[in-house]
Order: sequence, then C-alpha cells, then structure tokens
Amino acid sequence: MADGADEKPLSFQDMILTLHAYWSARGCAILQPYDMRVGAGTFHPATTLRSLGPEPWNVAYVQPSRRPTDGRYGENPNRLQHYYQYQVILKPSPADLQEQYLGSLAAIGIDPLLHDIRFVEDDWESPTLGAWGLGWEVWCDGMEVTQFTYFQQMGGFDCKPVAGELTYGLERLAMYIQNVDNVYDLRFSDAVGDVAAVSYGDVFLENERQFSKWNFEVADTDSLFAGFKAAEAECQRAIAANVPLAAYDQAIEASHLFNLLQARGVISVQERANYMARVRDLAKGSCKAWIDSQSERWTAQYPGWTL
Amino acid sequence: MTDFLLELRSEEIPARMQAGARAELEKLFRAQLSAAGINVDDLTIWSTPRRLALIARDLPDATAAVSEELKGPRSSAPPQALEGFLRKTGLRQDQLEDRGGVYFAVIDKPGRATADVLAEAIPAIIRGFSWPKSMRWGKASASSESLRWVRPLSGIVAIFGEELIPCEVSGISAGFATRGHRFHCPGEITIGSAGDYAEKLRACHVIVDHEERQSIIRDGAARAAADAGLRLVEDEGLVIENAGLTEWPVPLLGRFDEAFLEVPPEVIQLTARVNQKYFVVNDAGGNLANGFVCTANIDAKDGGAEIVAGNRKVLAARLSDARFFWEQDQKKTLAQHAEKLANITFHEKLGTVADKVKRVAKLAEWLASEGIVPNCDPALARRAAELAKADLVTEMVGEFPELQGLMGGYYARAEGLSDAVADAIRDHYKPVGQGDDVPTAPVTVAVALADKLDVFTQFFVLIDEAPTGSKDPFALRRAALGVIAIILRNQLRFRLEQVLLKAVEGDLDQFGVVWEGHTEKKLAAFFADRLKVQQREAGVRHDLIDAVFALGGEDDLVRLLARVKALQAFMATEDGANLLAGYKRAANILKQAGEVSGTAAATPPTEADAALLAALDAAEPAASAAVEGERFTDAMAALASLRAPIDAFFEGVMVNDPDDSIRAYRLGLLSRFTGAVHGVADFSKIEG
Repeated sequence: MADGADEKPLSFQDMILTLHAYWSARGCAILQPYDMRVGAGTFHPATTLRSLGPEPWNVAYVQPSRRPTDGRYGENPNRLQHYYQYQVILKPSPADLQEQYLGSLAAIGIDPLLHDIRFVEDDWESPTLGAWGLGWEVWCDGMEVTQFTYFQQMGGFDCKPVAGELTYGLERLAMYIQNVDNVYDLRFSDAVGDVAAVSYGDVFLENERQFSKWNFEVADTDSLFAGFKAAEAECQRAIAANVPLAAYDQAIEASHLFNLLQARGVISVQERANYMARVRDLAKGSCKAWIDSQSERWTAQYPGWTL
Repeated sequence: MTDFLLELRSEEIPARMQAGARAELEKLFRAQLSAAGINVDDLTIWSTPRRLALIARDLPDATAAVSEELKGPRSSAPPQALEGFLRKTGLRQDQLEDRGGVYFAVIDKPGRATADVLAEAIPAIIRGFSWPKSMRWGKASASSESLRWVRPLSGIVAIFGEELIPCEVSGISAGFATRGHRFHCPGEITIGSAGDYAEKLRACHVIVDHEERQSIIRDGAARAAADAGLRLVEDEGLVIENAGLTEWPVPLLGRFDEAFLEVPPEVIQLTARVNQKYFVVNDAGGNLANGFVCTANIDAKDGGAEIVAGNRKVLAARLSDARFFWEQDQKKTLAQHAEKLANITFHEKLGTVADKVKRVAKLAEWLASEGIVPNCDPALARRAAELAKADLVTEMVGEFPELQGLMGGYYARAEGLSDAVADAIRDHYKPVGQGDDVPTAPVTVAVALADKLDVFTQFFVLIDEAPTGSKDPFALRRAALGVIAIILRNQLRFRLEQVLLKAVEGDLDQFGVVWEGHTEKKLAAFFADRLKVQQREAGVRHDLIDAVFALGGEDDLVRLLARVKALQAFMATEDGANLLAGYKRAANILKQAGEVSGTAAATPPTEADAALLAALDAAEPAASAAVEGERFTDAMAALASLRAPIDAFFEGVMVNDPDDSIRAYRLGLLSRFTGAVHGVADFSKIEG
C-alpha cells in the first residue's frame, strides 16, 4: 500500500524507527516507554506532569498500553489487551502541528493524494486524569489512525501554554500500511539473511491468550482490592512528603488495578463512578503537588506566568 | 460602492458547528456595521471545514456625517442638572444652544471611512465570536487571556475593494494570502478582491460555497449509485455533514460482502451512517443492497480505488461486529434476555426495569380485559409487554441505543413469536413525537398506552417529578402527548382519571400520595395543557378546551374533544357570537348585583320576561338530553334557541328595576340562563 509500486511497506518496527527519526529531526527528545502498566500513552508522566507549567517540552515515545477488558484471548483480529501507542507531545503547540503530523504519515508511506486523510471532530476527555482537550480523530480512508488533541486542562489545571498531543494507534496504522486484516499477521521485523521475519503473532499471540485468562479469570481480586488501597495510601503519603513524581506512580498503579478489577467483573455500576473519582483525586493531587514543587522556579524563569 | 471580503481560516471546524458559525458571523458583522451606521444589504456567507468567508457587496466608502441633537435641562434648572448634561455630552456650557429656556446640545459627527470601520470591526467580531466549545493554543496560551477559537485560527483575509484592511488579532495579521486545498494545493494563494475569491479557491481545489458542495454530494452520490443500477437512500443530514468535512467532495461507491445483508437493514444503515458517515443504497426492488457511498476529500490519483478499498475494510470490520451482536443476541430468547432487566435500575426510588415491566404487563392486560382497548387479547398484551424491554440488554441495543424496540421486534419474529406480539414490541415506544405514527394494532395500542401511562404516573404521581418550565428530565410531557394521541387516534373511550389511578393505586400509600382533591386535580390541569398543545396544530382553540375542562368531571378525552369541536363550530356562527355577548352581559350583571334582596315576583312581569322563561324551559332539557346523548351539535342548537330571547330581553327590560321583586325575578332568570349555558360549556373561559 506504499507509494512506489516496488517499495515494500514498512515492518512494524521500521515504522516505529521511522517515526522516531522523523520526530527526532523536529527537535523531539525520544524517550523510552514508562516502566509501569498504563492504559494509554497519556499516563506517562512525560505527558501528564510535563504538560503542566510554562516550560517548552517536546518528546516522542512508544508506550505499551494495557486495557484488560479489551482482551479477546488472541481470537479477535483487532482487539488486544496489550498494544502500542506512539505518543508525541509538543509544548507549546506549534503553529504547523497539523503539517508536521501529515509529514509523519507521508514518512511511513501514506500518500495523501491517494488516500483520504480527514480531521473529524473528536473531543478528548480523561475522567481519571481530570483532563480534557479539543481536537480530532484523524481518519485515513475512513479508519481512525490517530487522536490529535490540544490539551486544555490536565489534573484539573489549565495548560498554560497548551500542548499538542498526537497519539498514533501503531497496530492499526501498521495493518493499514501492510494491508493485513489480522493484527497477528503483521510483519513485526523483516527477514535479514538467514534470520527469518518475525510476525506480531510470534511476539504477542501467547501473551494475549495468557493475559486475557489472567485478567478475566485468574487475578486474585482480594489482593487487587488490597493493592488499590495500598497504592491510594502510598500516593497520599508521597504527596505529603512532597515527592509528586513518586506519588504519581502510585496513582498510575491504582488506575491499573482498578482496570483489572473491572475486567474481573467485581465492580458494580454504582461503585465504578466512586472508584474513578478516587483515581482522579490521586491524579489531581499528584498534579497539584508537582505544580507546587515547581512553581517557584517556573515563576522565576518565566516572568508573568501564573497558574 | 465597494465590495468587502473577509476570510477567517482555521484548523478543521467541526461539521456540526458550521451552520451556527455562519449565522454568528452574519449577526456580528451586521451588528458592527449597523453600529457604525452602515447598512448591509447584499451579504453572502460561506463555510468549509477550514474557513468562514463573508462577502458584503456595495458597501458605501464612508459613513454619512450625522448631526445629533440632544435635549438638555431647562436653563432655570438647578446647576447639578446642567453639570450632568455637560458630562454626558462632553461639551462646555458655551457650546450649548439655549432655545426658549431649554438647553440643546448639537453634536456633529463626521463621516468615517468604511475601511476604518472594518479595521475595528474585524478584531471585535473575532474576539466576540461565540462557539459551542472553544480552545486556546500555541505560545500565546501561556496567558489565560489568549484568544479562544473553535480550533486554532490560522489566517485572516480582509479586502475592501482591492485594498487590504489592516488589522491584527492575537498575532495574526490580515493579508491577501490564503491557502487552497490541504493536499492538492498546499501553498499560499493571493486573493485580489471579493470578485475573484471563489474562483481562485476553486482553481485550488476548494469549493467555498457550502451549498454547492452539498449539491455535488447529493447529486454525485445519487449518480454513483445509479451508475451501478442502485438507488441512493437519501439522507440530507449526511449531505450536510459530509459537505462540512470536505473542501473538494468526491462521492465514491463501494460494495460490501453480500453476506452482511442478513443483518437487519436498519442496523447496516446506522453503522454506515453514524460510524462512517456513508450513504446506503437500495436495489431496484427497494431493498437494502450491498453498497455504500463515501465522500472523499480529494481527486485521488487512482480514481479513488484505494480509498474505496480502505473504506470497505473499515465498514466490513464494523459490520462484522454488528453481525456478531446479531448472532450472539439470538442465542438467547427475549424471555431470557429479560431476566437481566432485574439488574438495571429504572430510577433509584422506583426500582428496576424488571419491576417496571411487571407493572406495564399487568396494566396492558387490564386495558385489554376491560375492553378499554377493544378487540385485544389480554394474554397477548401481557406477553408483548413482558418482552417489550428485553432488547435493552442485548448487545446490539447496547451499541446502538436508537434501535430499541426495533431489535426486539426482529428478535421476537426470529424466535417465532406472533406478528401481533413482535409488532407490539417493535412499535410500543410510538408515537415518539408529534407527527410520528400512532399505533393502531390492538396489542400494540395496549402495550404502548400502558408503557406511557406507567412512565407518567410513576414519575408524576409517585415521586412528584412533574415538569417545570423547560425542565422535563423524564420526558413526561411527551409521554402525556403520546397517551392523548393514542386515545384520540383509536377513539378509546374511558375515564382517564380512573385509568391513571389504576396504574398506581397499589403504591399510593407507600409513597404517601393523596389522590382525591390533590393529585387528580394536578393531573387534570396537566392533561388539559397537553391536549391544548396536541390540538394546536389541528386548529382547535385552547380557550374552548378550557371552557369544557372547566366544567369538571370530564376526562373522557374523546367525548371532551367532540364537545370542544361542536363548540368551536358554534362559536363561528352569528348565533354563537351573539350568545357569548349575551352570556357575558348576563354574567356581568350577576356579578355586580351582589346579594339579592326581596322576594322574586311569582310571574313574569313583562312579555320579554315570559319569552325568555319559555325559551329556557324548552332549551334546558333539550341541551342536557343532547349532552347526555353525546349529540353536541344538538346541544349547541338548543343554546342557539336562547339567543333571540336573551337579545330581546336585554332590549326590552331593565334588569335593575326599582321594584325589588321584579329585579329579583330578572336576576333569577339571568342566573338560570347562565346555568343553562354552563350545562354545555363554561362560557366565562371563552375569549372574545
């Protein structure tokens, strides 16, 4: 599906490497995934905490994302409980953010005069992060391939200045570029010499089977509940001790344990809202503590900046 | 006279906001220019996803000089008044004119160049623009006061004649340059004037006129379907939405796997429309065909083959989901699905949906067995009501809530339930609004009526959630309108109050509701109001409905409306109008008479008295017999027979005769007269 007739579409890993090179050339620091279980790239502290405050911040990274309830035991061609997001944060949002983004699509082999690229209204909101923004889902021939958002608030605080966030769904994009209908058929890497190509299924099919089973059937709910409480308490302690980065880790932990409890089906509709509010309080508290710990420096370095 | 062009370019404006944005731009532009004294006649507003454009033709080059005259205080007034006037006008005392002891201020305002007016108006319009949702962006957003727009504002073109209107908002300066199509012509293009704007954009693959894009989509989609021997299912909402998503719309036909057609057509259409913004197509026989029309935003190099292939894949994935739901849902019977309703809260004070289903089933069965809904098998009514809400817990309705009812009907038929039951499940939410079909099949009528009566009584009566003002969170007005429409359409004869009571009587004590003299009155007033709304379109006068309702005790809506209609016909006649005048005169006299003293004369004092007495003696029994027999036109005729005698009475006698016994007699006659009229309708409620 790439441009030139002879050109072979990028493998999954080459697509990531191409995006790294593209955003690196535009001044982004290429970070590595955060080493905790999160539901989306937005949870990485490089997005959540760093989108607050006046400092310029330009980063790109891949974030493995876990959504326990989306697991299908490896039997659904599109649904996974673990997948990858490619996340770009540019603060302040540059005037040519759309053009930069479209350039990245061209770099991975999507020709906008052959494929129909569209910006379709989609406002983003994360109730567990107390965050919202306006933007679009980007369609390629009718398929959503990216979430494009101008952050307006994070942790309940105004983003000043606003950061632009791009979240690419890597598996979808790769399935599109490689023209495959089943995620497990994706070419993860190409064959080189005697070394055979590796498929996405080679890497992840067994993971999907085992983790779907664990998420839905095995995980011990008592220890998940206990873990949630412990993370909640530890988050508060860390906030009190003025180590907001550590506090935020615990907020992430609580959020993931809550997702697992949902997958286990032990949280009723009424309780659900309550748990989400508790996670939101942790995230907001961490954001506030982060701001408190930095604002003296921010105010000194950026005269005129206020919360 | 000079033409003016304004273009506000931004990142993609949501399609659903573009019509509102055009109206807002027009409103603000007119307000700004009219405040400066410039009249705007010929105004065109266009929108695309990336720009709002305004062309005002034949504007004057300058505003007219005006001389304004303000009247001030008298010259003899206290000095504070003069000081105030000077402050207000900004003049000195020696600049005022003293005309016959009154100060006048004459203020000459010179004309202004229209270009200057526009240069001030543009930033004001942009800053004052109201969007349903707006945002901050970029470096400027480090400050809370930065400009807000629907998405980042990226450029301003403002040209008066061929001159640039210099202005600047939040770092964006007006210029001659804009951009063409995002992919076909990404570079800058220079606009010369309002005259060449649309054509220059067209050359750069942008059709700026939204209506033109709409016709391209409307016609192009129909043609794409017709070329394949198919017929487009028209959808004006989709036309407008796709026109709001494209600057260069290209409708393309694609096909999907025929095997998906086993899924109900409504599901396919909804999936295609809501999720993908595609049109669907029918075959020559009018059945849904395996095709769709998507609207691309480019003239693709390959004619759109890749685009169609990509869209087909996305739709196939969506339809696979839908088919999966369709198959999963049918692995259980509706009765099995219905068991899960016990887990869904209907309202925290009113129990679960399963509780509601039980109530509705009982009520539907009762409506049938009492003959209130004629020719209806009570067992079928109960069965249909028991299953009517089961589809709420199916996967399909979970995905597409707007398919509630419809899916239940499909599933009912698929499991072999009778058509009467399946139709009732499908249609029991009807009528959804004024103009929607009103059920007529007996089982459907019983379930639809019971469902609405239940919603209404539970919220209105038991937990006192009567609508107030614009607040009607449980849509009780709609439920009441539905009840009225079903009753009238099917000419159902029953006492509404008794049926409403039947729907809740078991629960009144538990909720501490006092029915008699309290709830029943509130209900009557509410239904009278709804009936007026419901009948407004049919041209039935609201005051006449009041006139019949005011008699009290009439809550058989069919009979009530028949009486109102006869009354309305009567009021349109000369007899009716004169009788109303006579009634009002009589009522006035009676009101002013107060306590009647003395004993009434035993016999009619004059011939006019005797004639009225005789007329009343004849009309009263005739009217009441006619009302009794529901012959309301006859009842009106009986009243009409009073018109000549009452006119002659007022003509011939003086009610307030000096002789107390005669006065008392005549007041008695008038009282009988108004009483006779009230036997048909409360004329005091009639306007005019």
